Amino acid sequence: MSANLRQNKPRLLLMGQRRSGKSSITSVVFHKMPPRETLFLESTTRIQKDSMHSFMDFQVWDFPGQLNYFDPTFDAEEIFSGIGALVWVIDAQDDYTDSVTRLTASVANLQDIYPNINIEVFVHKIDGLSDEYKSDAFQDIRQRIEDELNDHGYKNPPVSYHQTSIYDYSIFEAFSKVIQKLVPPLGTLENLLNILVNNSGMEKAYLFDTMSKIYVASDTRPIDMEVYEMCSDYIDVILDISELYSYPRSESTRLGPQMVETESSVTIHDGTMIYLKEMNKYLCLVSVIKHPDAKDKKGLLDYNAHIFQDALNEVFARGWEKQENSEAAKEPAEH
Amino acid sequence: MDARKRKKKVLLMGKSGSGKSSMRSVIFSNFVAKDVRRLGATIDVEYSHAKFMGNLTLNLWDCGGQDAFMDSYVSAQRSNIFSDVAVLIYVFDIESREVDRDLDTYSTIIRALHQYSPSAYVFCLIHKMDLIQLEHKEHLYLERAQLVKERSEGFDLETFASSIWDESLYKAWAGIVHKLIPNLAVIEKFLHAFAKAIKAEEIVLLERSTFLTVTSVVNNTKPRPKHKAPISNSPPSDSPTNESTPEDDSNPNFDRHERISNILKTYKHTVARNTSNTPASAGFVLLKLQTAQFNLFLARLTENTYVFVVVPPGEAAFNCAVLNTLLAREAFEGVTNAK
Ligand SMILES: Nc1nc2c(ncn2[C@@H]2O[C@H](COP(=O)(O)OP(=O)(O)OP(=O)(O)O)[C@@H](O)[C@H]2O)c(=O)[nH]1
Ligand SMILES: Nc1nc2c(ncn2[C@@H]2O[C@H](COP(=O)(O)OP(=O)(O)O)[C@@H](O)[C@H]2O)c(=O)[nH]1
Ligand SMILES: [Mg+2]
Repeated sequence: MSANLRQNKPRLLLMGQRRSGKSSITSVVFHKMPPRETLFLESTTRIQKDSMHSFMDFQVWDFPGQLNYFDPTFDAEEIFSGIGALVWVIDAQDDYTDSVTRLTASVANLQDIYPNINIEVFVHKIDGLSDEYKSDAFQDIRQRIEDELNDHGYKNPPVSYHQTSIYDYSIFEAFSKVIQKLVPPLGTLENLLNILVNNSGMEKAYLFDTMSKIYVASDTRPIDMEVYEMCSDYIDVILDISELYSYPRSESTRLGPQMVETESSVTIHDGTMIYLKEMNKYLCLVSVIKHPDAKDKKGLLDYNAHIFQDALNEVFARGWEKQENSEAAKEPAEH
Repeated sequence: MDARKRKKKVLLMGKSGSGKSSMRSVIFSNFVAKDVRRLGATIDVEYSHAKFMGNLTLNLWDCGGQDAFMDSYVSAQRSNIFSDVAVLIYVFDIESREVDRDLDTYSTIIRALHQYSPSAYVFCLIHKMDLIQLEHKEHLYLERAQLVKERSEGFDLETFASSIWDESLYKAWAGIVHKLIPNLAVIEKFLHAFAKAIKAEEIVLLERSTFLTVTSVVNNTKPRPKHKAPISNSPPSDSPTNESTPEDDSNPNFDRHERISNILKTYKHTVARNTSNTPASAGFVLLKLQTAQFNLFLARLTENTYVFVVVPPGEAAFNCAVLNTLLAREAFEGVTNAK
């Protein structure tokens, strides 16, 4: 079962109280819904496996009060054995006491059986809060969780905290950090990106999951939010325009040979160039180039991007194979 | 034509709160939709102008819609307001609870317009459509548009569904601007010839700062049967930006031009925000996109326009098209500024 389900990709589970924002997060991040439209989302009581298939696999679980997923009738093995991270969404605008209690109980349980799962707490809907209240709430939630886990006897549980909102980049950034822990050879990817950036005169390069705009890795220069925003929004530009012109045409309209991967660049008023190249079905490279010489060497750019693409696909093939093997080796021991 | 005629007086009217100043700010003043909450009610008339295509200037009269102002427009200020009007844009809030009263006010305005500027164009925007759930959009819009038509006293009327939150606003305003460009036929002829020369599938001309579609040409060697226009959010009248050759259009995405306006304008805002520039001075020098199914690019054409060119697959042909367009700039400049 697991091999099939996992398809060699990291799996995420999104949980939290009803109305905490799970469906909104999924819709905005994975279905490109404009944040405002989440107001129309209907609250359902489904236990829905809203599965996303992209660079990673992803499921959303509502966690209504009556559901106890450690109930014997529930196949906990099926749910948890393959996942890399459990994302727990807490509505920071609401009373979060119950959610915190439920979370710590779950973490305690999971820690015993599946110690490899990262727990990622999204302190969500922070857009509505004043700066002061925001950091207070964040600290408070964090403190409570840590205290309660301490009471349960867990000293250094693998719990991380993120402030998120669907109304800005924070949700994409938080997901990026979650994913980066799961990408097996993150160090290798960063090295490859460093080489690419240095050889091509780029300012910054990101490897994005095209569909979700989560970035899987970047070169190791400090992240500059300004550049990041221009890169990640550029993916939308390209996807949106492509959607408008990718209708089927007859073969006879072709004017000549054409590469299959999407490639794009835009030069803006101050001379900065954003360069995008599709790496495979799921991933794309987006980089910023400012140096005038670098922009003119289009051939070199394409060549380097191509080398990077080859290396990338090799790394992923190897990385996931390894992870798969080590998991397979571990599994019998757990029973 | 003398220069004065190229200054077109455009009245923007409708009940207070219907969204007039909001749409003006989004289209012409580089506001993003969520910033319009900062706008206060308009007191009396606010004048602004938008330069368009070099020699076309829109003089926008944003007429505050509170009852006292409306009364004064049709009485004390009557001749001042309604003389020499090229276009009346009348905005209806789809959520209004007093539809009959709105229509009565509209009638009063239309009669004043008829008296002083009988040859003006009238555009009615049924606005804030984003507040309506998708399944009700079309019939609510059609129903309201019909009521408006019945009160329009024989004016040449076009209606649009609009919202500042999506591309419908661009469709409406592109339709308005399209009616006003003086030498459109010449421009379109030029674009047609150019599309043939560089083997382009489509060429769209966009105004530089608003990204409104001025016009577009489709260049298909083998015309295909016409597709039915998609229904949601678009009036049954044919898309004005496709007027030249609708029968040749094999692209099923009939709303693509307003969507391109929206996509590019949105990205311009991102760029401006992140380069510490005002949106007015931010812009694109050249955008290229190559995919397995098509190639396209966006380039500055004249002082006031971008050209958006779609070419079938073929790398060499694409590179040629880009080069030739950059070379053709001067010729274009001549056409758009021609008398
Ligand atoms: N939902 C929604 N709200 C809108 C839209 N357009 C404008 N609004 C809102 O409508 C309110 C009034 O907008 P204004 O543009 O000031 O209205 P106005 O017609 O200029 O009003 P007066 O100046 O008093 O005549 C603002 O709060 C806007 O946020 C829209 O397309 N959708
Ligand atoms: N202010 C704010 N509201 C949010 C955010 N995320 C979700 N919401 C709202 O929270 C409500 C419940 O969200 P939903 O996704 O249905 O919750 P679910 O039951 O966990 O799936 C909706 O009205 C959303 O619009 C956020 O980041 N900020
Ligand atoms: Mg106003």
